[in-house]
Amino acid sequence: MNLTLHVWRQKNARAAGTFVTYRAADISPDMSFLEMLDVVNEGLVAQGEDPIAFDHDCREGICGACGMMVNGEPHGPRRRTTTCQLHMRSFRDGQELWLEPWRAKAFPVIRDLIVDRSAFDRIIAAGGFISAPIGSAPDGNAIPVRKENADLAMDAAACIGCGACVAACPNASASLFVAAKITHLGMLPQGQPERHERALKMIAQMDAERFGSCTNHEECEAACPKGIPAAFIGRMNADYVTASFTKGRRVAQLGDSAGG
Amino acid sequence: MNLDARVPAGPLAEKWERARFEYQLVNPANKRKYSVIMVGSGLAGAGGAAALAELGYEVACFCYQDSPRRAHSIAAQGGINAAKNYRNDGDSIWRLFYDTVKGGDFRAREANVHRLAEISVEIIDQCVALGVPFAREYGGLLDNRSFGGAQVSRTFYARGQTGQQLLLGAYQALERQIGAGTVRMFARHEMLELIVIDGRARGIVVRDMVTGEIETHFADAVCLATGGYGNVFYLATYAKGCNTTAIWRAYKQGAGFGNPCYTQIHPTCIPVTGEHQSKLTLMSESLRNDGRVWVPKLPGDQRSANQIPEAERDYFLERMYPSYGNLAPRDIASRAAKRVCDEGRGVGPSGYGVFLDFTEAIGRLGEDAVREKYGNLFEMYERITDEDPYKVPMRIYPASHYTMGGLWVDYDLMSSIPGLFVLGEANFSDHGANRLGASALMQGLADGYFVIPYTVGNYLAGVKPGAPAADHPGVRAAVAAVEERLRRLLSVKGKRTPTSFHRELGKIMWEYCGMARNRAGLEAALRKVPALREEFWQNLTVTGENGELNQQLELAGRVADFLELGELICRDALAREESCGGHFREEYQSEDGEAKRDDQRFCHAAVWEYQGEGRTPLRNIEPLTFENVHLATRSYK
Repeated sequence: MNLTLHVWRQKNARAAGTFVTYRAADISPDMSFLEMLDVVNEGLVAQGEDPIAFDHDCREGICGACGMMVNGEPHGPRRRTTTCQLHMRSFRDGQELWLEPWRAKAFPVIRDLIVDRSAFDRIIAAGGFISAPIGSAPDGNAIPVRKENADLAMDAAACIGCGACVAACPNASASLFVAAKITHLGMLPQGQPERHERALKMIAQMDAERFGSCTNHEECEAACPKGIPAAFIGRMNADYVTASFTKGRRVAQLGDSAGG
Repeated sequence: MNLDARVPAGPLAEKWERARFEYQLVNPANKRKYSVIMVGSGLAGAGGAAALAELGYEVACFCYQDSPRRAHSIAAQGGINAAKNYRNDGDSIWRLFYDTVKGGDFRAREANVHRLAEISVEIIDQCVALGVPFAREYGGLLDNRSFGGAQVSRTFYARGQTGQQLLLGAYQALERQIGAGTVRMFARHEMLELIVIDGRARGIVVRDMVTGEIETHFADAVCLATGGYGNVFYLATYAKGCNTTAIWRAYKQGAGFGNPCYTQIHPTCIPVTGEHQSKLTLMSESLRNDGRVWVPKLPGDQRSANQIPEAERDYFLERMYPSYGNLAPRDIASRAAKRVCDEGRGVGPSGYGVFLDFTEAIGRLGEDAVREKYGNLFEMYERITDEDPYKVPMRIYPASHYTMGGLWVDYDLMSSIPGLFVLGEANFSDHGANRLGASALMQGLADGYFVIPYTVGNYLAGVKPGAPAADHPGVRAAVAAVEERLRRLLSVKGKRTPTSFHRELGKIMWEYCGMARNRAGLEAALRKVPALREEFWQNLTVTGENGELNQQLELAGRVADFLELGELICRDALAREESCGGHFREEYQSEDGEAKRDDQRFCHAAVWEYQGEGRTPLRNIEPLTFENVHLATRSYK
């Protein structure tokens, strides 16, 4: 296969960026998308040119490091697939591809297709955890968890923190990312004591990082490589509303209401 | 080199308790005066950093990724072992200990392994408390599955994403401390040198990977949790960024390197498709619970799997190892797969592949049940190969997956450099010559959550807190060495890319020091690797400069270290004239092709000591004594 790539090149956060056109020649349909970029980069390096910088690490769709816009779609055309798991057989010979970094105020470009997603870490640091110091845990089977709840928690916990949801959202909202964590921890009995505070703190941090608000476009769900449903945003909002009303007062929360 | 393991006295099962009592404590009010550096943010690193910060130490944590959540622990699929005996099937701490020592082919230190088995039960409790959504049964209790090398069901899991969930638990514990200001996090920072002053580890030199700035960071103790070095084979199941640089720098500063030749080749990975291949993807060992491994009986059989009748299939693991069958340990399953492929019975376009077939399981359990257990793995397989494993058998082949070798550590996980601790895959301690499935996650979290907090405290109690002077000659020398290496990498200005050297090194290592090794091959590799290294320093090209985000420069530095480590691996493999676990020397095998140990000559850990540039490193030994498990021929038949 031969393709034409229009790639966003930007030397650093302060420099202006522009699209530069490259040829990707003799590409095998069995290559992953990133392997195709490897081939282009090896060619550039051989000519003494700076290769295209992009984040990647595990290349098996789980670390969340990779991600770019391919023809306007986060992670490219294939549903529920990270860029590293996208293969060239999803494209046709002669196709033109436009590659851009995630576009969001909260994700400033570092270089080329690499953006700074540390805002996500700060949102987790604000409240996306259960405070269980090492050594303090009771037996793992001491508190049974309904299988349905554990499964739903796992569905939410599958988020890889890649940022595609933000890139897909017309408001650049991080709602799906935050909602996934709130749902994960909120479905488990261990997550109940901090449930309301967690919603308030994570959402306050999301706002402080200049992510937009959710206006129910649900582009995030379509773009999410792990298929995290936008319905989780409803759970986040419910926790947030409840927390706002009970602010400053601790409300008894029965274990059984987990996920209610 | 002092290789005193400092194993506590007393009966095996009481050693850890005794050690914890004998360790000196740091007064709670004094803990904040002590600082600890943690390099790496995987299970061991994130877990250890969080645990130390919870105790009150001042912690700085470093990782090369853009976020600590991306460390490669995240990719572990199958599960984590714990001797909970929730199944009532005869498991116990002693059995997990025994299975691990035997699985490691009697080349691990008994006391460390027993401690690991003891701690395993606490890990599950801790992870549940942190919100890890382990698989559960309808009664609400934790579910288990079986893994290789064990006849009990002791593996806890979260679908096919156990590593992800355990890491997110540790990451969230770490982020809680970062939010509280007790851990300073340095993402996109790569450690390039260890600072040793007056014989003690006192800090690190790092490169800010965004600006290229070289920084020094000081602490009262330094912990390395930087993972394994299996990317020396280029094609591996590791993340692309995994590297040996941190432990290699420490080795060159005087830390002993234990058993570098103990590398694990995992039997079930998706086969290579072509030269462009940049990495290999694992298919979890848990699949062998229900998948049956086979090849055609006839060499060169080109029919598709579905056309080959039952009578013409060779379920070779079930045939060769009837009592463990498809759940034979990794090293054994990998060698068996290699053997049938070498006989010309391999499947797929390259002939290097065997089938992993779920037809029987789908018939027995139904497609939905199989989907529930392995759905995400099947999906991953389908993404990569464009084949539907519900309809046609998977094709798999062994690939580099883990390294049992690593920096030598004593019982306290301290290397031969005082104040330098090594955790998780980066150390050599618990898995001997072969690691059993679902044991890496166990070790990472054991070291991070439950061992380091005690042993680092004991060390700190004996030293005065405070940083060395920034202009100390030892600090200046470390910084100068880093700057000089970067300058050299950028100034070769030759023709070949770092990746092309890495790929060539990988081919040499796979060919001569992979699943089967022999004297002639290793001697050839010991000529080829140094020759390639020489070419590297004469013909490398690195674009760009240091003062910017420069992925080629990062890569070149890592490849330079792999080119040195590769030689040490081959040297170690040549010196170990026996077969054990993942180290299979063709000269030392039984008539039916099984590994033959030589306990008379090699019942020890080989610990290599750096002697300076261009000089042959020294091979020291730590003798291994087995007081509780009898040395026996490992049999899974």
